[in-house]
Amino acid sequence: MPLDFAKPTPPSDDKRWKVVQATMRRNGNRHDALIETLHTVQESFGYLDDDALRYVAVALRVPLSRAYGVATFYHFFRLKPAGKHTCVICTGTACYIKGANQILDSIQQAYGVKPGETTADGQVSVLTARCLGACGLAAAVVYDGEVAGKQEAGAVLERLEKWVAP
Amino acid sequence: MTLEELLQRAAEEREKQAAFRHTIRVCVAAGCLSAGSDKVKAALQAEVEARGLKHTCQVKGVGCLGLCSVGPLIAVDDAYCRNVTPEDAGGIIDRLGDRPAERLYLSAEMPFFARQQKIVLENSGRIDPERIEDYIAADGYQALLYALHEMTPAEVIREVTESGLRGRGGAGYPTGLKWSTVAKADGGGQKYVICNADEGDPGAFMDRSVLESDPHRVIEGMAIAGYAVGANRGFIYVRAEYPLAIQRLRAAIRQAERAGLLGNEIGGTTFDFSIAVRLGAGAFVCGEETALMASIEGKRGQPRPRPPYPAESGLYGKPTLINNVETFANIAPIIRKGGAWFAAIGTEKSKGTKVFALAGDVQNTGLVEVPMGLTLRDVVFDIGGGIPNGGRFKAVQTGGPSGGCVPEQYLDMPVDYESLTKLGSIMGSGGMIVMADTACMVDVARYFMEFCMTESCGKCVPCRVGTAQMYGLLTRITKGLATAEDLQLLEDLCDMVRNTSLCGLGQSAPNPVSSTLRYFRDEYLAHIAGRTCPAGKCEMVADPEKEVA
Amino acid sequence: MANQNVKIVTLVIDGKDVSAQQGQTIMQVAREAGIYIPYMCHVEGLSNIGACRLCLVEVQGQRRLLPACTTEVAEGMVVTTNNERLRKYRQMIVEMMFAERNHVCAVCVSNGHCELQRVAQKLGVTHVRMPYLHPKLPFDASHERFILDHDRCILCTRCVRVCDEIEGAHTWDVRGRGTESRVIIDLDQPWGTSESCTGCGKCVNVCPTGALAEKGRATAEMTKKRQFLPYLTIMREEDWA
Repeated sequence: MPLDFAKPTPPSDDKRWKVVQATMRRNGNRHDALIETLHTVQESFGYLDDDALRYVAVALRVPLSRAYGVATFYHFFRLKPAGKHTCVICTGTACYIKGANQILDSIQQAYGVKPGETTADGQVSVLTARCLGACGLAAAVVYDGEVAGKQEAGAVLERLEKWVAP
Repeated sequence: MTLEELLQRAAEEREKQAAFRHTIRVCVAAGCLSAGSDKVKAALQAEVEARGLKHTCQVKGVGCLGLCSVGPLIAVDDAYCRNVTPEDAGGIIDRLGDRPAERLYLSAEMPFFARQQKIVLENSGRIDPERIEDYIAADGYQALLYALHEMTPAEVIREVTESGLRGRGGAGYPTGLKWSTVAKADGGGQKYVICNADEGDPGAFMDRSVLESDPHRVIEGMAIAGYAVGANRGFIYVRAEYPLAIQRLRAAIRQAERAGLLGNEIGGTTFDFSIAVRLGAGAFVCGEETALMASIEGKRGQPRPRPPYPAESGLYGKPTLINNVETFANIAPIIRKGGAWFAAIGTEKSKGTKVFALAGDVQNTGLVEVPMGLTLRDVVFDIGGGIPNGGRFKAVQTGGPSGGCVPEQYLDMPVDYESLTKLGSIMGSGGMIVMADTACMVDVARYFMEFCMTESCGKCVPCRVGTAQMYGLLTRITKGLATAEDLQLLEDLCDMVRNTSLCGLGQSAPNPVSSTLRYFRDEYLAHIAGRTCPAGKCEMVADPEKEVA
Repeated sequence: MANQNVKIVTLVIDGKDVSAQQGQTIMQVAREAGIYIPYMCHVEGLSNIGACRLCLVEVQGQRRLLPACTTEVAEGMVVTTNNERLRKYRQMIVEMMFAERNHVCAVCVSNGHCELQRVAQKLGVTHVRMPYLHPKLPFDASHERFILDHDRCILCTRCVRVCDEIEGAHTWDVRGRGTESRVIIDLDQPWGTSESCTGCGKCVNVCPTGALAEKGRATAEMTKKRQFLPYLTIMREEDWA
């Protein structure tokens, strides 16, 4: 599909694109709204796919490679859909001291997923955070947005077992 | 709003609050919130309501009370209660005016609370961060309106200079000097003020806590800075990983705009100042000022060589003042009470207080603010309560991935910029991780190097490749695969990466390695020559001959 | 061409008194004076980014080493471009460039014409002390005339800059960060499918190594032509209207 800079149209008629358009408009559709807009896309759709990047790039008149370069520079942005559930392991210093790496190792052993990856059945995405600021609760793990403190490998695997299809 | 109107509003709000016989403050900052403090607050409110005490006892959500390890934490008048559950609500209300039940009670006299001195955190845990009235009642925005009406920009800068305040983001550059440089720069009508809230050190959450607990303080500091340097636009660059801080900050900006404390013609003067929030997206390097500005401009957050410095050519090529959250949080009190007052606190070269996030193998983890010059021993053992479970202290790590580990023999060094630098660490933004003898220092160095490697922006060769090489060498050491030549190469790389990297991230990346090599070299040698980990943390490869490194 | 009002400054480079126009970089002035400073990301005619760190020099009174390509000369400056410390750092940097990816000169189209190879020779790098990182990288031969071999890329970003600054297409950029960085085309797609590439070949010609080359070249056959760069830079400065 050729790039239409004169009249960029959203990849679909999904209503969530209105929200994205509003962010761009609020920032005057300027180049420097790229990161703000990508945030809105990810908030709305959960991740950034090629169609979304192409649309945002054209609408803000940013080169395609620039948009892709920005989206991959910042680790907060996801280019693939997340799993149904998310499990975020804090790898801040306090949590590291209290065994965050052992938790990650045991998850990798049990399910073959590294941080940033999703289990084969699409149920659980395993992510890491660079410090949740819950250092008093180290090691901290966030299950679907809920913080749990003083976690160990055994407890984490037990929790994940309920999510991952047998 | 004029100064008189502001004072009037402050008096009214204080009167309203004084009408309550009791005040229960419930911490609703992220730490306690994740432990369920919102449910505790709701239970307390329901209890007060049910007993018809609505007019004598107020229950309010406040920012961080400090001692995160025993959250949810609440304060009943002047007594603290720890690990509070919603079921405790009834009992707490029963004993209003008395000392809380022993199981919950924490004395405000305990060293953790008593030895702190609060400037930055003076309102944290006292005011409701979601109400501008609370901030105003605590003398909020008086400094801004006073400065606008009674002081020239030069006088504001003189006050900040006299205070001796130095940048709290890590490097400790004199704030007054930075302000006067930007003030003198010719921006052709446009300058910017940026608040760096991209707190990225793993194990540091001071700035997040300030933004969650007292967002108006940062806004006020920025507006004063804008007036002093001649800027009318401000940006706060905050990590997207801090949703609560972002939400409170945005709400605070709206409230300040509605009150006429941001926007056009503030306080009836000709001074305009607006603030926009910009979200970071998970890149530690964006704490570096030129990378941060690139990110605000919507680009990859890669640093560029300085000069030109931001004060001369910064955001969009215009003169730009960048300070971090804690630095701005110090401004309003300095203007209110005077630079001399601030300069009387701390040491000769490091004035004021510093906020630390105390964590790791220490009894009391949480947020503390202490005057500069207190010793590390005071912080770790007195305020922090020492090592839990009878463990033995080994080192305290300050400054995160840019800092270093300080061993026991230097615990009596004062906490100030120069002393920490002399020890091979840095003040940094305020992360302070205590380690017991179960921690392996090579493993700790490897942890920080892994961090620097994955956070390297990749622009310059020494940082991009050097951190990866150093990480590889440290991994070999922790597996018992390294040789004496590897150690030599590691030291050469430390020297080269420090001296040739483009920005602070690369220049300081070797610090955790150098400082542990300096104080714990025997641990490195034990891994290499003895193929053992003294702390029992690292697993040595059984047969190094077979291992393909 | 030269502006009559330009201020002239004098400085000392490696003990030699030189004069220069204000606004010139240490790199430019040293070159005019016949003093060699190694570089890799710099190329005359494109913007300077100070990224490879090979051109770092000592400037008296400055705590840090400064990149010669981005540092402007100043009156009375005293510059040292070559001493034992700088040589050691430069050697290590070149070693790191070799060790980062999979450089095998013997089978490279640019063998004998490669800037990385030449700098290594000039700096006396005869072996690489660091372990090779051996990343697994793809090879893109989808374009009808050019190839992209990531194994030979040193991320100098000359291709990105020439495409943006001279050709005006901005087909290239960099994705990821740290050692995961990689030059990309449009949305990280095969070159042959690019919508923005004009096929002008400027990127190929500024590439210092064999990472970008013309198709069908055998080992050591690829030479790069750069004459267009100073020409275009000057032509674009003029106002022809």
